[in-house]
Amino acid sequence: MYNPTVARLTYRALLGRRRALILFALPALLIVIASAVRAFNGVDDQVAADVLGGFALATMVPLIGVIAGTGAIGPEIDDGSIVYLLAKPVKRPTIIVTKLTVAIAVTMVFSAVPTFVAGMILNGNGQQVAVAYTVAALVASIAYSALFLLLGTVSRHAVVIGLVYALLWEALFGSLIAGARTLSVQQWALSVAEKVAGDGLVASDVGLPVAVALLAGVTVAATWYAGQKLRTLTLAGEE
Amino acid sequence: MSIETTRTETTQIHNIGYRNYDGPRLGRAYARRSLFSQSLRGAYGLGRSAKSKVLPMILFAVMCVPAAIIVAVAVATKMKDLPLDYTRYAIFTQALIGLYLAAQAPQSVSRDLRFKTVPLYFSRPIERVDYVLAKFGAMAGALFILTASPLVILYIGSLLAKMDFADQSKGFGQGLVSVALLSLLFGGIGLVMAALTPRRGFGVAAVIATLVISYGAVTTLQGIAYGTDNIDAIKWMGLFSPITLIDGVQTAFLGATSSFPAGAGPSAGLGALYLLVVLALILGSYAVLMRRYRKVGL
Repeated sequence: MYNPTVARLTYRALLGRRRALILFALPALLIVIASAVRAFNGVDDQVAADVLGGFALATMVPLIGVIAGTGAIGPEIDDGSIVYLLAKPVKRPTIIVTKLTVAIAVTMVFSAVPTFVAGMILNGNGQQVAVAYTVAALVASIAYSALFLLLGTVSRHAVVIGLVYALLWEALFGSLIAGARTLSVQQWALSVAEKVAGDGLVASDVGLPVAVALLAGVTVAATWYAGQKLRTLTLAGEE
Repeated sequence: MSIETTRTETTQIHNIGYRNYDGPRLGRAYARRSLFSQSLRGAYGLGRSAKSKVLPMILFAVMCVPAAIIVAVAVATKMKDLPLDYTRYAIFTQALIGLYLAAQAPQSVSRDLRFKTVPLYFSRPIERVDYVLAKFGAMAGALFILTASPLVILYIGSLLAKMDFADQSKGFGQGLVSVALLSLLFGGIGLVMAALTPRRGFGVAAVIATLVISYGAVTTLQGIAYGTDNIDAIKWMGLFSPITLIDGVQTAFLGATSSFPAGAGPSAGLGALYLLVVLALILGSYAVLMRRYRKVGL
């Protein structure tokens, strides 16, 4: 279910040349902000949780998920070079699983590692805040990658749709309508973080069992459906 | 003429009837105008497939609907003043403006790069400056239509509700100036990010990342500064993201109330710096685009 050649090509597509700049810019900014806050403010557990929750988990992880998830397959479908890959004797689900593995790895490296570093800078892992948000970022990376990889196979406007979900649904509707929060990867990841962190610093609206079930369900279903979608892929011409 | 004709006849094997074009040549200005109007129409999907009309039209509708609702409520309850300032509208709907820009700026420039049509443009009588100006103008124009239309709805509604004419006109004018600045600023930033990559998807991500990340970082820092009573620091931080720049300029010069924490917008002195940064960014993005297209395509 894992093809090293496909993986190598996907890594190169994701990290080649200028594309990696966006991926490096975001974590760098997070660490700069964390250092600035620490210098301004000193150690404060609540501020650390706010920065990690408000900036790292709410903005950075979904954005990197969108870039890595859709970037793993979207451009290839977009410019039609996916046919050369599909013409090889490699199973379609294998292609999806390989690309998903790569996307998850990239998202984890570029979101969880800087989250942990920023957490250490902010309060030296006081009350397990850094570890809690790192775990949340790791968990969210898996679900986001699977979701956005599926989007990449379904629509040519995957990046836009992914951003609408990440920014409008999770950030805007999530803060206005309580019900929308139940259907949000961010909240599921937060409920995992809630278990790890000290009391009262991380709050989620979803219970842990529900969150874990939804996370696993969404990941598996999205991966399966993306495989199905790739089996019956029709290449659209340029509009 | 007759000499030339006889000469070509002796050198031709077949005369298959090709004729030279001797009608009027419409020239550089016409080509520039065409490129501008095509790009502007393309930003709303006009003249393109039905599928590419969906997203810009939905975003345009979503921009206008809240304005219509506000007007309806204001008229129905006979308010003396609109519940929302003209200048605040774009700040509230910034996510939509950002999405529109992210979707349309790469549409405008990335595909020209990817399908190598840019050399074809430059084989016409237009120059680099015409191409950049036409694309920049079209993007800013499309954003202006998007951001000014709801203001027009608000203005017409306020006049229908017989609110104070002078007061409303002044607010409307200030709002228009503010969204014009916003359109130029956002259009420039969007095109620069989009022109970096021939891949549309990466262009979309780059544009939205620039807008959202800078805004997210600034508001997070402002929130922390507010929480730790560093009110003075708040207004300096606004210099680092496009939408807070516009917010600062209109707070200082266009009579808007700031949406910074504690309403701690810049005063006129610092506001001049805000305006300077905005103008520098607009001119800077024009310069970057000119540089980008110095050597392109082939």
